[in-house]
Amino acid sequence: MEDTICAIATSLGVGAISIIRVSGKDTINIVNKIFKGKDLTKVQSHTIHYGYICDGEEIVDEVLVSVMLAPKTYTKEDIIEINSHGSINATNKIMELLLDNGCRIAEPGEFTKRAFLNGRIDLTQAESVNDLINASSDNQRKLALNNLQGTLTKRIRNFRKELVTLMASIEVNIDYPEYDDIEVMTKETLIPRLNKLKDELKSLIMDSKNSRIINEGINVAIVGRPNVGKSSILNKLLDEKKAIVTNIAGTTRDIVEGSISLNGFKVNFIDTAGIRKTTDIVEKIGVTKSKKVIKDADLVVVVLNGNEKLTLDDEKLIKNIPSKKRIIFVNKSDLKLKISLEDNYILGNSKENLGLDSLKNAIIDKLNLENITKDMTYISNVRQIDLLKKALKSIEEALNNLVIMPVDIALIDVKNAWNYLGEITGEVYQDELIDTLFSNFCLGK
Amino acid sequence: MYDVIVVGGGHAGCEASNAASKMGMKTLLLTMNKNNIADMPCNPSIGGTAKGVIVREIDALGGLMGIVADKSHFQIKMLNNSKGPAVRSLRAQADKRVYPKVMLEYLENNPNLEIKEGLVEDLIIEDNKVLGVILNNGEKIYSKTVILTTGTYLKSDILRGSDRTPSGPHGEGRSNHLSDNLKKYGLNIIRLKTGTPPRIKKESIDFSLMSEELGDDTYHTFSFDLKPVYDINKQQKCYLLYTNDLTKEIINKHLKESAMYGGYVTGVGPRYCPSIEDKIVRFADKERHQLFLEPESIYYDEWYLQGFSTSMPEYVQEEMVHSLKGLENAIITKYAYAIEYDAISPLQINASLENKVLANLFTAGQINGTSGYEEAAGQGLMAGINASLKIKGKDALVLLRSEAYIGVLIDDLVTKGITDPYRMLTSRAEFRLLLRSDNADLRLREKGYEVGLINEEQHQRLLDKIKNIELLKTELKTKKLVIDKDVRKVFNDYNILIPNKNITYEELLKRPEITFDFLKNFTTFNYDDEVLEQVEIALKYEGYINKSIKEAEKLLKIEEKQIPDDIDYQNVKNIASEARQKLSEVRPRTIAQAARISGVNPADIAILAVYLKKEYNKNE
Repeated sequence: MEDTICAIATSLGVGAISIIRVSGKDTINIVNKIFKGKDLTKVQSHTIHYGYICDGEEIVDEVLVSVMLAPKTYTKEDIIEINSHGSINATNKIMELLLDNGCRIAEPGEFTKRAFLNGRIDLTQAESVNDLINASSDNQRKLALNNLQGTLTKRIRNFRKELVTLMASIEVNIDYPEYDDIEVMTKETLIPRLNKLKDELKSLIMDSKNSRIINEGINVAIVGRPNVGKSSILNKLLDEKKAIVTNIAGTTRDIVEGSISLNGFKVNFIDTAGIRKTTDIVEKIGVTKSKKVIKDADLVVVVLNGNEKLTLDDEKLIKNIPSKKRIIFVNKSDLKLKISLEDNYILGNSKENLGLDSLKNAIIDKLNLENITKDMTYISNVRQIDLLKKALKSIEEALNNLVIMPVDIALIDVKNAWNYLGEITGEVYQDELIDTLFSNFCLGK
Repeated sequence: MYDVIVVGGGHAGCEASNAASKMGMKTLLLTMNKNNIADMPCNPSIGGTAKGVIVREIDALGGLMGIVADKSHFQIKMLNNSKGPAVRSLRAQADKRVYPKVMLEYLENNPNLEIKEGLVEDLIIEDNKVLGVILNNGEKIYSKTVILTTGTYLKSDILRGSDRTPSGPHGEGRSNHLSDNLKKYGLNIIRLKTGTPPRIKKESIDFSLMSEELGDDTYHTFSFDLKPVYDINKQQKCYLLYTNDLTKEIINKHLKESAMYGGYVTGVGPRYCPSIEDKIVRFADKERHQLFLEPESIYYDEWYLQGFSTSMPEYVQEEMVHSLKGLENAIITKYAYAIEYDAISPLQINASLENKVLANLFTAGQINGTSGYEEAAGQGLMAGINASLKIKGKDALVLLRSEAYIGVLIDDLVTKGITDPYRMLTSRAEFRLLLRSDNADLRLREKGYEVGLINEEQHQRLLDKIKNIELLKTELKTKKLVIDKDVRKVFNDYNILIPNKNITYEELLKRPEITFDFLKNFTTFNYDDEVLEQVEIALKYEGYINKSIKEAEKLLKIEEKQIPDDIDYQNVKNIASEARQKLSEVRPRTIAQAARISGVNPADIAILAVYLKKEYNKNE
């Protein structure tokens, strides 16, 4: 925790400025060594200063530095943010200088981790901030903000409240077995209530899958035989100004070729072992291999040559993709249409930029992107989804075991589910059950 | 000079003085009134849900409550018998006259124990160490350790309506200065409240309008060493009755006259034991509330009206009682009252029950903020054991949350503190499947033997039981039931699904519908019922028991992460100020205990863990 860390806080090569953030106890001294301007060890907290970053006598860049002293900072440590002119070279050079003078490159999420460890934010907030930093499209930002304000926490809290009420009504039978006017929770009364909770939890997990789409983007594979125009379609889609060209590893093993923003969603086009390099996966790797690509993608665009008749390979390919995951794009509309198809297709010409808007609209329609945005209380990361699944599993176990076990034993599983959900929000309040017991039931000798 | 002085002869004091003297300590039990030793000032029963398990644990460790209850009750039943084994618990209607008599016999039979009447008003203190007690007549008695088990006698006031009378329970004396003196020595004094319902003259009750509550028709004992000494057919009945609209109306009309709602009470009352006016206000929608009538003793004509505790003035109590069906002409022999008393903050005591501020001072029972005879007795036993161990220079016996309800009880007290009098509930025990009534001896007897409260003979019985459990388990694993025509017929007669091939007895017993009783149709098992019970539970609930054991082990791992005694929380940067304050106050022994403190969040624990690693394990 003692060492000083630095990282580029903005995306490389995007935007007019880039920000380098430094945090830790030596922050001020280190930056002061490479900064030409005011003496940063003497400035007030939360002030901005104009100057130059220098490598010896040589000016690297003209910058603004924001100095924020502990504890009123994001990490509760001393922080400096260096605003430079965005060029990759200058940014890299500044980073190098910082590292030479005693900084260490921050691990992913390390600023947030420090904020969490220093008690600045709670666990869900920590996870959301991480999402916010990585947010690259509007919907993602909205989701991240929602989490910060505790929408997620609220939904899980409500769910836990339902669970604890259920538990209390079982516990009350155990601790006060002779109260004849309290409803006795039997297997018959318990099973429907648990089933209802199971369904709710399932839908929360379903929503969280949508959330994966929001956080990591939608993966679209473009497939087809050689020379049907896949690469020109891809280039045209990505060449647009709003395209975000980055190379990030997705959750699948495929490399994302490039991403665009559609309706506020990030859409990643999957490079299936080099679509752009004219290599044809159908030909080279064979239909069996392409199945994997098709299976992993959220959506597959099949590109066909309108000037040729449908080949056997084309037919196989189309057959291998379920229709709800498939869009057919018939290219080369400038040439004579020789193809005949039973399925719906989009006709266009990638060279002339024809039909590409229809393709985008089809992607929006197929993925139901309009509707996903309605409820923004999605669970937004792997740890949380994992805990939700564990909670679901516990409730399912309770339901299974109720068949042969007494209610008070199956309650152990219900309690586990409740604890898992508590881990998501980072709060496990031991006496909650007891408090519920006494506020919901009239008990006592 | 004594080794141990026990102040107070209630349920905590009895166990404490018995344990200390049995462990070879020269012990003095000081009581205000010898006739009140082991008195039951409230309900006439021992045990109940969770509490019954505590009684079994006391017995397993070598305490007295179980065996005394066995010898003095007139009704006993196993609560939750229809539910799983984890939540079963015994409750006996103990005779208020017989119980204290039997207890006193045991105590007086103890050569190391001296019983003396006297009222303690101060402690002899030197350098924050307790050296003895000072009586109200100025007499000083010296000892190596002192155990305070003062119950509700510290500056107690009895409240009825607007009347406040300085008095112990039933008009007994009270200690006027002890709690003030404790405060002077640095203890935090809190004010608590409890109450007791009216007693009704038996001849004035019309039982015909109430439903009967009977004891079980099978024999039970709390003690692991005693065969039943009662006659199953001679058990006394209790009765069930309800409040009605008229009762509600009377209470609402006079609400402001009750001590509670008139604003005359300053102490905090227990949530689990609310007064009847409290119930009617807080649960206004409820049409009626359940009440029980229980005999106080077969030698008295007084009955206890359970569920009707109140702090109303006497004339309102008359109206209230007469509104009940069957009690229209009831004669109240003792009016209900609320009682306020001083206690100390349990955050100032260690898990050994020794005080953090004053060395050699131990406390147990209501003075630590608990309520209930069983909770008091459990602590009294542990205080007696640990005061003796300290004198012998040995480590304290601290029971884990996964070992005993007594462990849960003490850990809750010293970790979380209390806001209202603490009652044990099964829901407080996260490992209750491990903390069963049936296996208390297997959990704790060895520990009782180690400290010297369990004798050789009792210990040998335990070893035999453990050996037989293992033998039977092996037998069941290897022995197979051959499914032939005769066997099929038995299964059919019992309407139980026939196994499709020969099957081991172990596999059979895992099925929920199959018991040893059923298997006796095919073979004999030459083992005690207790052994059969253990094996059957172990097999039937194997999965869940293993799950609980795993959880307990996980907890044990972090329980092992000790926090050094000398830690200064001011040096732990960046923890929330509430957490810092709580941690400084509680001074948890382990990371696990720290995590159980309310107001200490996971983030604080993470920071604390990092700090400990950095500051104390630098060379690791």
